[in-house]
Formats: sequence, structure tokens, C-alpha cells
Amino acid sequence: MRGGLSKTLALVGAAGLLAVSACGNSDNNSGGSGSSANKDVTVFTWWADGGEKAGLDGLVSTFATDCKDYKFVNSAVAGGAGSNAKQVLANDLQAGKPPSTFQAHAGAELKDYINAGQVDDISQLYKDFGLDKAFPQNLIDNLTVDGKIYSIPANVHRANMVWANPTVLKKANIDGTKAPASVDAWIADLTKLKAAGVAAPLAISKGFAQEMLVEAVLLAELGPDKFKGLWDGKTDWAGGDVTAALNKYKTLLTFTNSDREAIDWPDALGYVNTGKAGYTLMGDWVAAQQVSDKIADTAYTYWPSPGTEGDFQFLSDSFTLPTNGADPDGAKCWLKTVGSAEGQKAFNTKKGSIPARSDANPADYPKYQQSAMADWKSKTIVPSCAHGAACTLGQNNDILSAMSQFSGSPDVAKLQAAFGTAMKTS
Amino acid sequence: MLLPTVLLLGYFVYGLIAWSFNTSLTDRHTARKGPASYVGFANYGHLFGEDRFLNSLKNLGVLTVAFIVGTLIFGLIWALLLEKGVPGESIFRSIYLFPMAISMIASGVVWGWLLNPSQGEDARGLNRLFEILHLHFLENPWWTAGSRWTTMASIALPAVWQLSGYIMALFLAGFRGIPPELREAARVDGASEFKLYRHVLFPQLSPIALSALIILGHMSLKLFDLIYAITGPNQFRTEVPAVYMWNTLLRSDMAKSAAIAIVLLAVVAVLVIPYIAYTVRQENEE
Repeated sequence: MRGGLSKTLALVGAAGLLAVSACGNSDNNSGGSGSSANKDVTVFTWWADGGEKAGLDGLVSTFATDCKDYKFVNSAVAGGAGSNAKQVLANDLQAGKPPSTFQAHAGAELKDYINAGQVDDISQLYKDFGLDKAFPQNLIDNLTVDGKIYSIPANVHRANMVWANPTVLKKANIDGTKAPASVDAWIADLTKLKAAGVAAPLAISKGFAQEMLVEAVLLAELGPDKFKGLWDGKTDWAGGDVTAALNKYKTLLTFTNSDREAIDWPDALGYVNTGKAGYTLMGDWVAAQQVSDKIADTAYTYWPSPGTEGDFQFLSDSFTLPTNGADPDGAKCWLKTVGSAEGQKAFNTKKGSIPARSDANPADYPKYQQSAMADWKSKTIVPSCAHGAACTLGQNNDILSAMSQFSGSPDVAKLQAAFGTAMKTS
Repeated sequence: MLLPTVLLLGYFVYGLIAWSFNTSLTDRHTARKGPASYVGFANYGHLFGEDRFLNSLKNLGVLTVAFIVGTLIFGLIWALLLEKGVPGESIFRSIYLFPMAISMIASGVVWGWLLNPSQGEDARGLNRLFEILHLHFLENPWWTAGSRWTTMASIALPAVWQLSGYIMALFLAGFRGIPPELREAARVDGASEFKLYRHVLFPQLSPIALSALIILGHMSLKLFDLIYAITGPNQFRTEVPAVYMWNTLLRSDMAKSAAIAIVLLAVVAVLVIPYIAYTVRQENEE
């Protein structure tokens, strides 16, 4: 027995030594690629497959012509809509080994990095590249933190969109091409659909999809100014109008599928496409998904979520300039490409989003994007919390936890209090 | 010979525990570097005043009970069945043991599908199976609705499935380790089969049952991958401290996640230290 024990310990010790030497190796490797002697530009993203990867490839080919001195090094981490990537990134930043540039949601989500002193102010680059004129002022206001800008947006998505199946809606004689005028009108339509035999007319999935729906209801009920105030502290979360809106959200949840905590948004979209449900609320990346799923564009309709016709709830992927990065000049060249008209075109036509620049030519884009580009210019721009434009990672995490609690046992007072508490933390 | 191990463990285990504990006493709530100030046990105070953390601790308690009881029952039943000597015993042994070879994250993904909450015509996963077999009363929403007990028992189900075979192997080894003379003596004395197990065989298994309890208990307390795979990272209903720690770490709240880690360590220690003390005493007596 004693011999066995010391053998085991020796094995554990050997394994430990191996682990140590493995760490040493990886350190050497990353040290080599990160040194300032070569001209590599490491770009950290969570765009690893599908339309996102195609968009990144488009951006890379523009980068290759614009920045001939530099070599693109892909440092993408797949999975979890960026949650895995953010963990890896946090480790790299903590270890003082930032990539040349990294992807982050534009807006409040950057505050975590700003507060940690991990990203540099790039307001000057906006002037150098002429981006202060190319981006809509409304967007720049949303990106500015204490008078400084920390990232360059590559694209814009719209969050407050409803996707409908007109064939299903016809069962209750509802015109699928027109949005209900308000949340109440939508609830009335959902009631009709339920009476017509559609058991769960509003398809929804877990996590951020529920957060997006509650945001859409708040936006419709409070209007854009008070809605924005919810996130910057100017609107009181404890207000009676918030309670009323959350009660409407509670009513909406009763029209949704019971497996909502177990499915992801493509499944919910599938419920609409197969006719099991009439509507789903999801960001406009659905348009690209429908194209890749080969759903005929006559089979579905879309409109801004009821009551938010005049608002463009945006979210945006952007690139940063990390503090003490290995090769800031290479990173700046990448940022220049990201902000340029060619770069945005190469990226967005493939990813299915629209360019943040207002000088893009709609004719280069598919049908949905053309309408979104027109709206981007004319509608009131409001941020999305679920996608980091209005909330930090921490706030979002607290809200998601409260949403899942609400989904299991709907208690409006508890949800309202949780929102208030979440937005008080950073 | 022992020195390198002691040094490595000293640094990588105990040194880092000390470091975590140190961090948990500071106000390092962002990724910002530089000096942090000490706030004593304030982080722990906040944690225990927090609905979310208390919820995760309660979830963990229920999960651990459901998991240990379930695994011990199934492990013991299978061990009893095989102990009686059935044809093709080694095949059954392998079948029962196989689930343990699958990584928790992989089985978690599959169980996530199996535990789909849809019922009736839309049923999928296990509910679909019940639907086909006309066992409608067995269909349930699994972890997505109902009390804490039904929720966490649904989460424990895959873990029970995975570890019961291992417990079976432990018990089976225990049964085989009992000298046959004891059984014969009991039978000669006229003990019934039930009495034989109750008074002669089971008492001999108690050290094994204790080891099993400790192994299962500490596995359950640290369970992360299964829950993450089945319910995702932000599910209030099924959150346990390990998942909560991951969430706080993701938002770079170093002090808070370190505090959660230390609480978790303390809970595991409550379970493991008496066991180690007990085994050391036993060895000394020998």
C-alpha cells in the first residue's frame, strides 16, 4: 500500500512538472508573436464561423490591400455569442498581453475595459480618419464616454424587430404585413391567434431573447427618451410606468412556448418558419439566417416591434486600441480599415448587418439591409442593453439572472427591483 | 522523492488558495491593476446578504442530497444484482460503468436535449419517449418549472446516471472483499437472506459507503460543467456557487469571485476534513 501511495505521488508530481513546462512553452509562443519586432496584427474576435467569419474575411482582404506593411493574425475564440471569448480576453488583458486589437460591443460594455485602464482613448483617430463626419452624430453620442471615444464600430444591427409568419396570422385574419400599433394591440392579436388554435403564438428563447423582448416593451411604453434614461440613471426604475410595462411583458410571456428556457433563438425562429408560432422578436441578424436557411422572402414578414416604429434600437460590434498593445501602428491601420467605406462594405455585405457610416450605397446591399439603412438615417437611435450598448457585462449578467428567475415564477415587483439594483452596480 | 511534490502542491494548491483568500479580502472589483485596499470580510457579508448567492447555496444543498441519495441507491441496487452472480456479469458491469467514461460537458449537452420541457404533441427528448409509451403522467417540465426540489433533482438525474456505475463498482469490490466464511457461518446459524445482508454484509461495507459519500459529495459541490451545458450560464433556477463564481469572474469582479471560491472551499472542507481525520486515525490504529 505504501509503495502504491508514493508511486501515485510521484506520478502526480511528474504530471505537475509537465503542466509547468507546458505553461512555459505557451508563454514563449505568445511572447514571440507579440513582440514589436515583427509586423503581425493580432485581431481578437468571436467571429469564427458562418456569416460572421465571412464578414471578417472580407475585412481581412481589405486590410491586406490597405495595410501592406502588416500581416493579419486571426485570434478568434468560438462559441457562446462571445462569452467564451470574453473570458479568454479577460485573462490575456489581466496578464498584460493584450492582442493588437479586440472586438467589443460598442457602448456601455466598453466601460469595464475603460475602468480597468485596458483601452486607449481614440477620439483623435476619429478626426484623423474623418469618422466624426462619416458616422451619424446620434451614434457618436451613444459611443462617447465622458467626452472620449474608445472604439470604432464595424457594423450596426437593429434589435427591435419582429419576424412574423403571415400564413399563421391569416388563421386569425391578421394582416402580417402591418405591425400592431401598440403593445396592447399586439396582445389583442396574440389573443385572437390563441383562440384560433395557435397554442403559443409568440416564439421566444432563453436568456438575451427575453431581455430583448422586455426592452422592446419598455421602449414602446416609455418612449425613446425615458427608455434611454433607464440606462443612464435619468429614469427611475421604480416608476409606475415601468411597473405597467413589466406587467405587459408578463402578459406577453403567457403567449410564449413553454420550452423557452431550453432553446436558442434559431429554434424560436424555426417555430415561426414551420408555422408553430406566429411571431418572434429578434435582432435583424435573422435576415441573414433566413437567407442561409433558404426561407423564401415571401414566407415571412418583419416590422419594428409594436410601438417602436420611430426607434432604431442599435447594437454594434466595434474594435478597440488596447493600452500598451504590442504594435499600436498596426492596430491603428486595422482600425482605419474597419472605419473605412470599403472595409465596412466588405464586412457588412457578408455579415448581414448595415454599415455604421451614413455614406454607404444601399444598392450594394440585400433587400432587408436597404430598408434598415434608410431607417438608420431617419429614426431615433436608442441603445440595446442585451447587446452591450447600454449595459456593462456585470449589469447584463444580473439582468439575465433576474429574467430567468421571472420566466420560472413571474413576479413583477421582484423583476423591477432586480433591474433597479442591477443598474446601480457597475 | 516527496520534496518536488510538496513544493508543487505547496505553490499551486495551497499558495493559490492563500492568494485567493487574500484577494477575497480586498476591494478588487474590476480588472484594474495596482494596489487594492483591504475591506476585511465585507465581501463575505455582501454575499450572504444576497438573494442570488443564498439561492445558489440552497440549490447546491438540494442538488447534493438528490445526487448522493440517487447515486447510492442505484449503485447499491446494481451491485446487489450483480453480486448474486448473473450470467454475463462482466458485460453488465461494463454497461453500468460506461457512462462514467463520458465527459460531463458532453453528457450535459445531450441531457440538455433529453430534458426538453415541451409536453404533449410537441414533446421532445425524454417527454417524447413517455408520450410514445403512453406514460403521460411521467411527462414533466423538468428543471424549467416547479419547486427547487424538482428543479435540482432534474439536474441531478444526469449526474446520477453517470456516477451510479462507479458506486456499483465500489460496492461490488466491497462485497467481493468479504470472506465467504462469514456468509457460510451466518447461513449455518440460520440467518435469513435479509438478515444476512442487514447484519453481516452491510456493516462490512460501511467504510466503502463512507468513501463513496465523500467522493460523491465533493463532486457535487464542485459541479459546474453539467449545469453550464444543460441550462446555460445565467439560469437563476439552477445556479450553484461554482456557476455564480464563473459569472462574477466574467465581469472581472476578482474579490467577489474569490470570496465565492473560498466559501465553496469551506463547504467542501466541512465534508472532507473529518473524513481525512477519520482515515488518518484508522491508519494509526493499524
